[in-house]
Amino acid sequence: MAIVFQKPKSLTDAVLHYCPGCTHGIVHRLVAEAIDKLGVEGRTIGIAPVGCSVMAYDYFACDMIEASHGRAPAVATGVKRSLPDRVVFTYQGDGDLASIGLCETVSAACRGENITVIFINNAIYGMTGGQMAPTSLVGQVTQTSPYGRDPATQGMPIRICELLSSLDAPAYLARVAVNSVANVRKAGQAILKAFTNQVEGKGFSLVEVVSTCPTNWGLTPEKACQWVAEKMIPFYPLGVYKDKDAEAAKEAAK
Amino acid sequence: MSEKALMKGNEAIAEAAIRCGCRHYFGYPITPQTEIAAYMAKRMPKIGGTFLQAESEIAAINMVYGCASTGRRAMTSSSSPGISLKAEGISYLAGSDLPALIVNVQRGGPGLGGIQPSQSDYFFMTRGPGHGDFHIIVLAPATVQEMADMTRLAFELGEKYRMPAMLLADGTMGQMMEPVVLPEEQTDPAEVMKGKPWATTGTEMKRPHNIVNSLYLKPDELEKTNLARFERYAKLEAEECRWEEYLMDDAEICVVSTGITARVSKNAIAECRRRGVKVGMIRPITLYPFPKAPLAKAAERVKGFLTVELNMGQMREDVELAIRCSKPIAMCNRVGGMIPSVDEVVAAIEKEAK
Repeated sequence: MAIVFQKPKSLTDAVLHYCPGCTHGIVHRLVAEAIDKLGVEGRTIGIAPVGCSVMAYDYFACDMIEASHGRAPAVATGVKRSLPDRVVFTYQGDGDLASIGLCETVSAACRGENITVIFINNAIYGMTGGQMAPTSLVGQVTQTSPYGRDPATQGMPIRICELLSSLDAPAYLARVAVNSVANVRKAGQAILKAFTNQVEGKGFSLVEVVSTCPTNWGLTPEKACQWVAEKMIPFYPLGVYKDKDAEAAKEAAK
Repeated sequence: MSEKALMKGNEAIAEAAIRCGCRHYFGYPITPQTEIAAYMAKRMPKIGGTFLQAESEIAAINMVYGCASTGRRAMTSSSSPGISLKAEGISYLAGSDLPALIVNVQRGGPGLGGIQPSQSDYFFMTRGPGHGDFHIIVLAPATVQEMADMTRLAFELGEKYRMPAMLLADGTMGQMMEPVVLPEEQTDPAEVMKGKPWATTGTEMKRPHNIVNSLYLKPDELEKTNLARFERYAKLEAEECRWEEYLMDDAEICVVSTGITARVSKNAIAECRRRGVKVGMIRPITLYPFPKAPLAKAAERVKGFLTVELNMGQMREDVELAIRCSKPIAMCNRVGGMIPSVDEVVAAIEKEAK
């Protein structure tokens, strides 16, 4: 009997602690598949954030470091500068990457650190029980925006890929989603590219994954996927925001 | 062969760190320690090392955390306000049992304070600079030579006890120039990786994955790690206290001071001795662990103590604890970047001797 589907080798056997319907599990799998495909598990070091994926260090089979809240890109910089031949990735949520760690995110991108950043954008603080995130949508009701996010007092949501695309250094910036099978496939390709770039020494690569939080959105997993399609993606358009390979190819074709 | 050079204290630290096998410096400019960053910026690229000017003190200490996780000798340096920002990262280093060198060339505070010398971070550093129950090793140099020597000691003790180590200098120590015999280039950067099976360098598919982490959601596990860490601290306190005794054999007054004020005090003691006052000094070299034993021993025979400090009496409290308030302790202190003169210290000693 042929095996047609199995757990990626770069994931441990630990049972994930994520809520039912949460898409962290899918993204963990996509990251592990990319590591497996490149055959780099033994020379990969991952950085876990503070947030729902704080215990990602138990789930990835490669060496792992737990960072303080928002500082994963700085920690990754320290690792990569010490071990330039290693594959170094961070896995961060929206509070971690786009709020408390925004300075570290922009600075690592601006330096063009040759690292891979996986950014989970689910428009909410999950671990602390559903507070407003920098990426929460206008009108979104959370514990700390109980009347809905009001741009007059709480500002507009931040679009990270668009923000970082103004920088010269990043090699690859893409926004994907995991709310449908087709989108999961595209997300897997983007994550693989972000890791391949690093192996090839191309520089800073970030994949923003529009994700779900059924528990704190108060939706069923299925409805949460619909909410991504109807509410999140219109504000956070999917696509490639920067790709130095594509730019170079375009230049060469001129 | 060791060479003798005329260097600023800050530069002596930087050169000594390189000779100790440190190839990774992460920092952010702040007076009065920026010479360390400038020196590293010049030297590191020439020897295949990393100098990185971080976007903030917070980022710098977290780069140190990442680098230290790989087992490399990592360092950062700053001055008082910058150390406040590093406190979070220092707590994570301590909680993850990572060795690293942090240099604090102190200036006056609180707040933005001033840029002149101070010893006012004494409490902040010796009590564990950050949240949670922990300590870091704190060394207080009083000469440019000690700035160099203690850089090596900080790396070695930090690695032996798996904890962050700090050079706690006052601004004068960083800025003054003195002849210094630099340590020989005796540490091969590859050597520093020995005995670090915990380092996250990639599994090479030869071992289970290593995890550098300070999160323990089960309270009994967190308690266990804290207790184990404090067992190491107990060993450190028993075995690694360092201090200098100066003219203490017949002393009736014991001056206690560190850094620049210990040097001012030595001159004041010489003058008092000329005047027939029997005074000596105990200069703590390790501030954590604090050399309680020699002070307790001195308390058995001296009439009283005098602390000479650039703060409002922070070390005085450690002396009180060490001698269990058994003798009077006077204080001669200046703050805000002011330094007591020899005459001021002489007057304080004579007052105490009466």
